[in-house]
Amino acid sequence: MRVLLVDDEAELVSTLAERLSFRGIEADWVTTGEEALKQVEEQRYAVGVLDVKIPRISGLALKKRLEEKCPEMKFIFLTGHGSEEDFLIGSAEAGADYYLIKPVDLNLLIEKLNEITKK
Amino acid sequence: MTDQWETIAREGFQFFGKMSASISHEIKNALAIINESAGLLEDFSLLADKGRPIDPERLKGLAQSVLKQVQRADGLVKKMNRFAHSADDAIRIFDVGEALDLVISLVQRLYAMREARVELVLPDHPVMAVTNLFLLENIIWLCLEFLLTENHKVVKLIPETTGEGVRISLVGQFGFPDDPGRVFPSEIEKALLEALKAELRMEPQAGKMILSLQKNI
Repeated sequence: MRVLLVDDEAELVSTLAERLSFRGIEADWVTTGEEALKQVEEQRYAVGVLDVKIPRISGLALKKRLEEKCPEMKFIFLTGHGSEEDFLIGSAEAGADYYLIKPVDLNLLIEKLNEITKK
Repeated sequence: MTDQWETIAREGFQFFGKMSASISHEIKNALAIINESAGLLEDFSLLADKGRPIDPERLKGLAQSVLKQVQRADGLVKKMNRFAHSADDAIRIFDVGEALDLVISLVQRLYAMREARVELVLPDHPVMAVTNLFLLENIIWLCLEFLLTENHKVVKLIPETTGEGVRISLVGQFGFPDDPGRVFPSEIEKALLEALKAELRMEPQAGKMILSLQKNI
């Protein structure tokens, strides 16, 4: 499985990508929506793990743009923002396959990655 | 409570909530990085148990990352604390430059998301004001929200001492908000201005908004 991590906090996504790679999940990371859109033109990804708030484009808008390019891609949203309830509603409206609140629980992320790619 | 103070209180809660949410979002990011760094250290130790040597440079880098994020979170908590205490007194004497700097640092991330920024231009001498600090922070934020639009993303804040009190100029290349139907100042801003006994002069052609505070209120 190959996943694309998108968050403007480079230290977060680079470390998360390395930890996922130790567990047999290939992960690339970018810090902007523009880079994410460019990246999917070069590489296919099973899942995009997107921060809800990144500069210039919201995670929700980025998901729509990525979906246009890669209709088979699944999405997990990350956030450090708002209440869990608000985020759940927002993610459901945006059609996310799953959502996670920061700090990320790695085992839960892997469990959900496996779950949604088997759907 | 009068209608004016009800309006101010309602707006104050919203302002406080927005700023708190922005700060808590940043603290969460710092915690998330610390969490991943600790997790990676744990991964390295598990790999070391299996005979894979640990690169000391990686350990040093992770330790530095954790320290950096702890400092970041500590700075954010201090800012939040300063902001929370700005609502302590109805009237107080304070340094306007410091107050504006705090507002800018609170909204920095929100505006970075919109690629907008606020610059503070300070004079050589401190600009001191006697008024309600929280309400001033609130009106400054509302002015910035009006000025920073999709097309105009930079605003300069310039505080000055004048014979009558304090003048804060908000200078940008603005003039036309995203929503042309938006009224500014609205009832909320008017209520805040009245409570602060302040005046707001708009100079759209010059791209300027001038907030004047009286010496004694």
